[in-house]
Amino acid sequence: MTGFEAVVLTIVTAATPLLIAALGELVTERSGVLNLGVEGMMIVGAVTGFAGAQLTGSPYLGVIAAMAGGMALSSLFGFLVLRLAANQVASGLALTLLGLGLSGMIGEAFIGQPGLKLERIDIPFLTDLPVVGTILFGQDPLVYASVALAVCVSRFLFHTRAGLALRAVGNNHASAHMLGVHVIRTRFLAVLFGGACSGLAGGYLSLAYTPQWVEGMTAGRGWIALALVVFASWMPLRAAVGAYLFGGALILQFHAQAEGIPLPSQFLSALPYIATVAALVILSRDQWRARNDSPSCLGQVFVPDR
Amino acid sequence: MPGGNVLLEARGIVKRFGGLAANDRIDLAVHAGELHALLGENGAGKSTLVKILYGSLQPDEGAVSWEGRPTTVGNPAEARALGIGMVFQHFSLFEGLTVAENIALALPPDAAGRGLADDVRSVSESYGLPLDPAARVASLPVGVRQRIEIVRCLLQRPRLLIMDEPTSVLTPQEAERLFETLRRLAGEGCAVLYISHRLEEVRQLCHSATVLRHGRVVGRPDPKTASMADLARLMVGADVQGAGNREGRPAATGPVRLAVRGLSLEADTPFGVSLDDVSLEVRGGEIVGVAGVAGNGQDELFAALSGETPASDDAAIEIDGRACGRMGPRRRRRLGAAFIPEERLGHAAVPAMRLSENAVLTRHGTDPELATGGLLHLSQARGLARRIVERFDVRAPEGDPEAGALSGGNLQKFVVGRELDRRPGVLAVSQPTWGVDIGAATGIRRELAALARDGAAVLAISQDLDEILEISDRIAVISRGRLSPAVPTGDTTREAIGLLMGGAGD
Repeated sequence: MTGFEAVVLTIVTAATPLLIAALGELVTERSGVLNLGVEGMMIVGAVTGFAGAQLTGSPYLGVIAAMAGGMALSSLFGFLVLRLAANQVASGLALTLLGLGLSGMIGEAFIGQPGLKLERIDIPFLTDLPVVGTILFGQDPLVYASVALAVCVSRFLFHTRAGLALRAVGNNHASAHMLGVHVIRTRFLAVLFGGACSGLAGGYLSLAYTPQWVEGMTAGRGWIALALVVFASWMPLRAAVGAYLFGGALILQFHAQAEGIPLPSQFLSALPYIATVAALVILSRDQWRARNDSPSCLGQVFVPDR
Repeated sequence: MPGGNVLLEARGIVKRFGGLAANDRIDLAVHAGELHALLGENGAGKSTLVKILYGSLQPDEGAVSWEGRPTTVGNPAEARALGIGMVFQHFSLFEGLTVAENIALALPPDAAGRGLADDVRSVSESYGLPLDPAARVASLPVGVRQRIEIVRCLLQRPRLLIMDEPTSVLTPQEAERLFETLRRLAGEGCAVLYISHRLEEVRQLCHSATVLRHGRVVGRPDPKTASMADLARLMVGADVQGAGNREGRPAATGPVRLAVRGLSLEADTPFGVSLDDVSLEVRGGEIVGVAGVAGNGQDELFAALSGETPASDDAAIEIDGRACGRMGPRRRRRLGAAFIPEERLGHAAVPAMRLSENAVLTRHGTDPELATGGLLHLSQARGLARRIVERFDVRAPEGDPEAGALSGGNLQKFVVGRELDRRPGVLAVSQPTWGVDIGAATGIRRELAALARDGAAVLAISQDLDEILEISDRIAVISRGRLSPAVPTGDTTREAIGLLMGGAGD
C-alpha cells in the first residue's frame, strides 16, 4: 500500500460517518425540523452499536443496534417538539447533553474491551487493481452504503411523491396541512430517519473506524455534520462532496503533524473546525441564497388549527 | 340565475373558538352553475365557514350535504375527492418548489405523473392563464401565483370552486380576465363560492349572495338588484360614509414637503425590484396615491422613503427642503416625517411587546418625554399608548396588552394612530387599510384626509385601486420599479390606471 493510498483510505473512512449523519439531518431539516441533537444521537449509536456487537458477536447486528439507539433518542425528540410543540433548539441541545451522559453510563462496562470490526470487502481482481483498487473496491460495507444512501436520498427527495410532500412540509407547513399532507406524521418519520442515520454514523465510529468504545468518541463530528447540511445547501449530493472535503481536512491535519509542518499542533487539530466556520461564513455571506435554499419552516413549531 | 340542482348545502353550522362563536347557526346552499358571493367584514366568519366546507376545520354543530346526501368532510383531501376545489387568499403555495411540483401536491398520486407538465400547459392555455411548469414560485409575481392556484384547482375538474378574495392582488384587466374564466366555468356547470369585500365586482359577477356579520347570516340579497349601499349596510350593520373629503379640498398650493428626485436603487435580492429613476413631489395639504400591482417596487420605494434602504445620494430625497437620502429612519423622523409600513406584525409593531413599548419604538427619537439619556419613561409611554387607543378607537384588551393580542384591524388603527398622533409634516404609508374591515378602513382614510387638510404631505402606497381613487388628490402608478408622473385624480380613469399598472407606460 502506497502512502497516497493510505491517505485516501483514511479520508474515506473519516468522511463516511460525517456523510451518513449529514444525510439524516438533511432529511430532517428538509421536513422543517431542526434537530441539534446529532452529536448526542451519534454517541448513543456508537455505544449501542458497540454493545450490540459485543453481546451478539456480530458486527452487523451491532450496526442495527446502533441505528435503533439513534432512533430511540430521536423518537424522544420527536415527541417533545412535534407532539408537545417544544422549542426545537433547546430540545436538540438537551438531546445532545442527554446522549453524551447516557452513552457514558451504558458504555461503562465496555471500556477497554477490544471490539469487533466490520470487515473490508475484497472483490477478487478489482481490489488488486493498481492505485484505485483498494480505494474503490476494498472498503467496508458502510462506505458503499453511505454513497448509495446519498444517491437514494437525492432520488427520494426530488423524484418521488413522498419526497415532494416532505419538502412541501418543510417549505410551508400551513399550506401542506391545507392540502391534506400529514405534517406531524411526515416530520416524525423524518426525525426518525435522522436518528437512524445519526446512530449509524456513531456505529461506524465504534465498529469500523476505531473498533472500541471510548467516552466522547464522536469528538464533535455531529456538529460538523450539522454544519455540513448548511454547507450543502440541503442537497444530498453536495453533502457527499462536502463530507469528503471535511474528511480530508480531518485527516490532513494528522499527516501535517506527522510531517512536522512548523505550525502549532493545536492549530492543526482545530483545522477541520476552522474550515467548518469558514465555510459557513462564506456561504451565509450570500444572504439571499441562504434564505432561499433553506426550508422556510425550519425550526418553526406547527400546531394544526382544529 | 341558473336553475341547477343544489350542490352543496350547509345547515346550522356552529364553530366556536374559545368563548367566541365564529360561525353561529349558518345556513348556506350553493347550486350547480351558480356564482355565489359570500360577503362580510373581516372577522365576520367567512374564512371559518369555507375552511369547514373545505374540511380543514371541523364544525362543532351542524351538517353538510353534497348533492342531497349528508356528508362529513374530514380533511381537504376528502373535499377534493368530492369535487371541491379552493383558491386561497394567502399562504397556499410553496415558494421553494416549482410550479409543477406545487400543482402535483394537490392532485391525486395517479394524476401527478409524468404527463403533468403537459397537462399544466394545456389547461392553463385553454383558460387563458399561461404558466411555465418549471419556474420556481419564489421568482414569480403575485398575479402569476394566483394563476397557479386556479390552474391547480381546474386540473382537479372541480364541481365547486371556492375563491377567497381572488382579485385583491390583480389589476382591473387581470380581474376582468378572471371573471371571464369564472363565467365560463359556471357555464360548464361548476359552482363558484366567491368571497370578496369588493361590492362592485360582486354585483358585476355573482348570481346570488349570502352576507355574514358576527358569525351569522344577516341577509341573502340579490346582487344584481341590490345597490352598493344596501350591500355595505348589510355587511357593516350601519350606514357607511366614504371618507369623501377630497372634494372639499382645493388643489394643493402648499410648499413641496416631500420630494424624490431621480432615485434609482439596485435590488438587493434577485427577486427584488430595482427602482429606476423615480421622481415625485408631494405638497403640503395633498395626498398622493401610488397605485400598482404587488411586487412592482412598492416595498423598495417605501424602504427608500423611510430610510431603511438609504439612497446613494443625499439629494435623492428631500423632506421639507432638507436633503436626507442617506439618513436613517430616526433622523428622518426628526425632520418631521412619519412612516407606516405595510406589515403590521413584525415590521410596524413587535407582536410580543406591549403597546406602550411599541409606541416607544418609533417615537423615542422625536419625543423627549419618552426617553432621556438612554432611559425610558415607561409611565409616559403607557400614557401615550392609552391616548392613542382612546383617540383612534382601538379595541384592545384592558391595560397594556401585547401588540399580538390585538386583531389585525385594531392593531392597524394603533400603528396608524401612533404616527398621526405626532402630527407629522410628511407621512409615507403603505397599504393603510390592508385587511381592515370597512368601518375601520373608513376611519383611517378620514384621518389621513384630516392630516393632509392640516397641511401635511401624505404619500399613500396601496394595491387597492378603490382606496387610491377615494383618498388621493393625485395618482402615480408604479410598475416594474418605474413611477409614472402623478396626475390629478379627476383627470384620469380606472382604465388608464389599470393600463399603467399592467406596464403600458414602459
